[in-house]
Amino acid sequence: MLPDFSYVRPGTLDEAVSLLADGRSRVHGGGTDLLGCLRDRVFAAERLVSLRDLAGLRGIQETADGGLRIGALTAVAEIAEHETVRSRYRALAEAAASVASPQLRQQGTLGGNLCQKPRCWYYRGDFHCLRKGGDTCYAAAGENQYHCIFGGGPCFIVHPSDTAPALIVLGAAVQVVGPRGTRRVPLEEFYVLPEADVERETTLGRGEIVTAIDLPPAGPSLRSSYRKVRARGAWDFALVGMALALQLDGGVVRDARVAFSGVAPVPWRARDVESVLRGQRIDRAVVSRAMNAAVSKASPLPHNAYKVDLLRGLVEERLASIA
Amino acid sequence: MHLKVNGDVHDVDAPDHWTLLEVLRYRLGLTGSKQGCDKGDCGACTVLVDGEPMISCLILAREAEGREIVTIEGLWPLHLARGGEGPDPVQDAFDRYGALQCGFCQSGMILSARALLDRTPSPTDEEIARALSGNLCRCTGYTQILQAVQSIVARARGVEPPRRSWEAANVGRQAGER
Ligand SMILES: Cc1cc2nc3c(=O)[nH]c(=O)nc-3n(C[C@H](O)[C@H](O)[C@H](O)COP(=O)(O)OP(=O)(O)OC[C@H]3O[C@@H](n4cnc5c(N)ncnc54)[C@H](O)[C@@H]3O)c2cc1C
Ligand code: SF4
Ligand code: FES
Ligand code: FES
Repeated sequence: MLPDFSYVRPGTLDEAVSLLADGRSRVHGGGTDLLGCLRDRVFAAERLVSLRDLAGLRGIQETADGGLRIGALTAVAEIAEHETVRSRYRALAEAAASVASPQLRQQGTLGGNLCQKPRCWYYRGDFHCLRKGGDTCYAAAGENQYHCIFGGGPCFIVHPSDTAPALIVLGAAVQVVGPRGTRRVPLEEFYVLPEADVERETTLGRGEIVTAIDLPPAGPSLRSSYRKVRARGAWDFALVGMALALQLDGGVVRDARVAFSGVAPVPWRARDVESVLRGQRIDRAVVSRAMNAAVSKASPLPHNAYKVDLLRGLVEERLASIA
Repeated sequence: MHLKVNGDVHDVDAPDHWTLLEVLRYRLGLTGSKQGCDKGDCGACTVLVDGEPMISCLILAREAEGREIVTIEGLWPLHLARGGEGPDPVQDAFDRYGALQCGFCQSGMILSARALLDRTPSPTDEEIARALSGNLCRCTGYTQILQAVQSIVARARGVEPPRRSWEAANVGRQAGER
């Protein structure tokens, strides 16, 4: 049973923003992550502010510049099946299709997917750890097989979103509305490392709502993909995942963007891999250098060194599929 | 609050923090939707919301107001209302293929399969497996469940349906026997 809270469904965005100003309310998108957190007492809320009636936050539209705007309330399933997303922004379609289960993809929204809370079992359990305002990270010396190999300390979560790395390699930005108006942030800069602030995952401030995700135009030479490795064949978070976006020019990589899931507290942009690829034809030697670049700065925890090998293998598999 | 379940509008008195599953089971007495894990892990609580399968343990009842909810109890009447005869073909196929042991997963499995067939009348085996991937079964090993759905597709295509396990050519032969 969920703890007691009240529920409101404002009819306008302004109303939603002002309802959230008290700091004791939480945004409710699809609720699939939020209700789990409330049930497990990860945090409390006096009131849930549902975005459900804000029709303007739902749907996928082509923009004047040839890009795409996806409303934050759009269901993950709708994104996975959308024709334009599948043909032009394949990494996003593949990432959306790999989220959770068919039912949860119908319920979960893109905004909620980007703002979801980490899955660290201490955090979700009865441990008052650093991320909940305590003074210890229980994972550091504990069961850390599903924790990070990059960007850790003082907390070692991995960011759970599949869509975020895909959106980052596609150059997406988020549109945010709050008490001080509207701002637009490149998605990559939306996420916060624990060393900067251990109690938050994003730069969202009090009362702020993600309203849309903007994708720049995708040129005809863009090839993108997302592949996720998980412990079960379906319905599981990434052990490691790789989003890849390449601009190819007669077999030569004109531009490359790579981001990993499952390995860091934020979707992890792999610039070292990108610079290995840029200007090259993808052959055995380049693949091998990219594999090394992917893991050269990894610092695994006592129980997750397997992720280093998994990541090397994943980079090899993805690049070999293009070579 | 007002909830439209299986075609009827119910006036329900329940607190804001109750899930749709709790209201279905503990206010409306519709206990066909099962409370397995209560956290999105098992699919036993699957219902149809506006025709799509959803996890009712992770939807607040208040969020479901104004939407069409179908539970396992509504499937047979709905089939009759659409001019069909007997139970919904998915229910019938699960019956004929013995697609259950304890039955705990069954209502969710059937509703996920129903939603698939409403959308894709002739799905491939892979599409069937994918559509049911959000419903866990701890008993059957899934074979009879997948076959039950495959049999509906086979019938619609006019081809031979999968042979049921007890009709298979090697019945009586156990592992290690020759
Ligand atoms: C069993 C299970 C398996 C899962 N597997 C995966 C997986 O494989 N991959 C994956 O990526 N995710 C997975 N998830 C996580 C999650 O349910 C989905 O990512 C889903 O898309 C979250 O969206 P939602 O709308 O339901 O979020 P909600 O639960 O509504 O919100 C999540 C958080 O974001 C905030 N929020 C929501 N919308 C906004 C907004 N517009 N602006 C500001 N803040 C907002 C909420 O306050 C809340 O803190 C899984 C969840 C479960 C329960
Ligand atoms: S990894 Fe982070 S969330 Fe998990 S126990 Fe440590 S501080 Fe808490
Ligand atoms: S009871 Fe809802 S998914 Fe298990
Ligand atoms: S028959 Fe027992 S869980 Fe499926």
